[in-house]
Amino acid sequence: MKSIRIIDSTLRDGMHAVSHQFTPEQMAVIASKLDDAGVDTIEVGHGDGLGGSSIQYGFSRAPEAQYFKAVSQVLKKTKLAVLLIPGIGTVEDLEAAMEYGVKTVRVATHVTEADAGEQHIKFAKNNGLEAIGFLMMSHMAPPEKILEQAKKFESYGADMVYVTDSAGAMLPTDITARIGLVCRELSIPVGFHAHNNLGLAIGNTFAAIQAGATSVDATVCGLGAGAGNSQLEALVAVLHKGGYTTGVDLYKLMDMSRDVVEKLMHRPQSINADTLAIGYAGAYGSFLLHSRRAAEKFGVDARDILMELGQRKTVGGQEDMIIDVAIELAKNKKQ
Amino acid sequence: MEEKKLKTAIIGPGNIGIDLMMKIRRSKVLEMSLMAGIVPGSQGLELAAGYGIATTDKGIDGVLAFPGLDVVFDATGASAHHQHAPLLKQAGIFAVDLTPAAVGPYVIPSVNIDEHLFREDNINMVTCGGQATVPIVYAINQVAPVQYAEIVVTLSSRSAGPGTRQNIDEFTQTTRSALIKVGGAKEGKAIIILNPAEPPIMMRNTIYTLCDSNKINAIVKSVEGMVAKVQRYSPGYRIKVLPYADGDRVVTVVEVEGAGDYLPKYSGNLDIITAAAVTVAERYATLKHEGAI
Repeated sequence: MKSIRIIDSTLRDGMHAVSHQFTPEQMAVIASKLDDAGVDTIEVGHGDGLGGSSIQYGFSRAPEAQYFKAVSQVLKKTKLAVLLIPGIGTVEDLEAAMEYGVKTVRVATHVTEADAGEQHIKFAKNNGLEAIGFLMMSHMAPPEKILEQAKKFESYGADMVYVTDSAGAMLPTDITARIGLVCRELSIPVGFHAHNNLGLAIGNTFAAIQAGATSVDATVCGLGAGAGNSQLEALVAVLHKGGYTTGVDLYKLMDMSRDVVEKLMHRPQSINADTLAIGYAGAYGSFLLHSRRAAEKFGVDARDILMELGQRKTVGGQEDMIIDVAIELAKNKKQ
Repeated sequence: MEEKKLKTAIIGPGNIGIDLMMKIRRSKVLEMSLMAGIVPGSQGLELAAGYGIATTDKGIDGVLAFPGLDVVFDATGASAHHQHAPLLKQAGIFAVDLTPAAVGPYVIPSVNIDEHLFREDNINMVTCGGQATVPIVYAINQVAPVQYAEIVVTLSSRSAGPGTRQNIDEFTQTTRSALIKVGGAKEGKAIIILNPAEPPIMMRNTIYTLCDSNKINAIVKSVEGMVAKVQRYSPGYRIKVLPYADGDRVVTVVEVEGAGDYLPKYSGNLDIITAAAVTVAERYATLKHEGAI
């Protein structure tokens, strides 16, 4: 039976769903349950990774070091990972995180900008970390472009490359084309990260595995930006039924989902009008709550903001464009 | 009487170096004497040679061997400038550093042009993002003390060359530090985003400041005055969103359209740092001519 590695991102991407307000204590409880359930790796921190706590993306409840400290103290087998988006986080931030036993760093760039992550991948490899290149907004580039960028990460020394559907905008055929090509041409493993804005997170993840991905992301209760990620409990059930091994105990996940995580959620993790607009327009998942806030402030429809952001080909992290678009829409509405 | 022009060289013939060359060629007080690179036949060196400018592919060694230079603009990268700085100092050449190495003090022409010219032999131009955002933070801090300044710079991918990409950490760190040291904010943070959209987007800068937002009228006035000052050397610098209060924070957005000297007009990020560097070097030339230095 083929083995699939699971990287859980409840405590990183899931932070978007709670406006980055988990406490270190809550993170420690969730982390220890994930460790007990047998999850291979967990990613921890602000939703936008190292250095993400900001006006632009929202301040997290606690300084990031407190999260790493709290989580590192409860982990027995599970590896601790962080996300680093060059331009937001720096090698300095990574060095600070390494004091808490971080073993894996995912260096995330827009799908066409892998070279902005060269220094971070090389630093990670020189310091004994596992380094994963993470190509965000992969729906915006054709398979050949993704391959070119994945090869860049490989040339810097990355141990793995992820194709990331940050906008939850791809269909299973898009996934098969991208993952299939990258798997055929690269000598390192390939991973996939889904979002559920079109209701396809689990299906797309399964398609990615069938196309050759050996590592996939998921979160408990599907917590994440936009309509959330692949729901870990459901994904593990699907994979086990499909004849794959994950090393994860399904019942323990079900228990923690019901008894711990559901109780901490701010709202149901569902596909609604606004998250659907994100997937349909191909906008960055974490624009959701920021667009709702701007829509209220400037008296416009959040869906119109999100559709326009997709039209303008905005990339991950451009939350400040939301203001511009909202102001312009409000102006047009008056005329 | 015609002023004698100061002899200048550029080291680093990439996007920034070439744009700089175009501007220096128009200067009344600076002479574009030498373009230095390390790759024989590179586009920047070829372009310079085409204008009849002396070139060298020996990098800093070629610069030091060239007689009579007064000013060197360094448009390489942070680690290269750390090697160049002591050599230029030893040779008695004034260095205008456009890398984020920050060997010398930060200079933002609209804020502190004369502060360091009289006693330093190496000044640092911060980053393109710093040149675009520090003036706004400074202007706000004049009327409402800034507790925290956070800026988000979005550049078109095409205008961000390999130097910018390989120095992305230094970019954020140097910009943050200038928000504090020159802008006057108590704390700071800088974020940079590369956007590959076609047609390329214009350089865009969002400036968030935590301050007394009740003083918004005075803030708007101060910012408008500052924008006019920056426009004197970077005419494409303009307000996209006037400062507005959002709770305890003030949000301002500025755009920079380039002069279109080398890369097209969307590359305002090149333009604002090269225009600032030339402005500082011209001021140095004038002060030197007047015998003030």
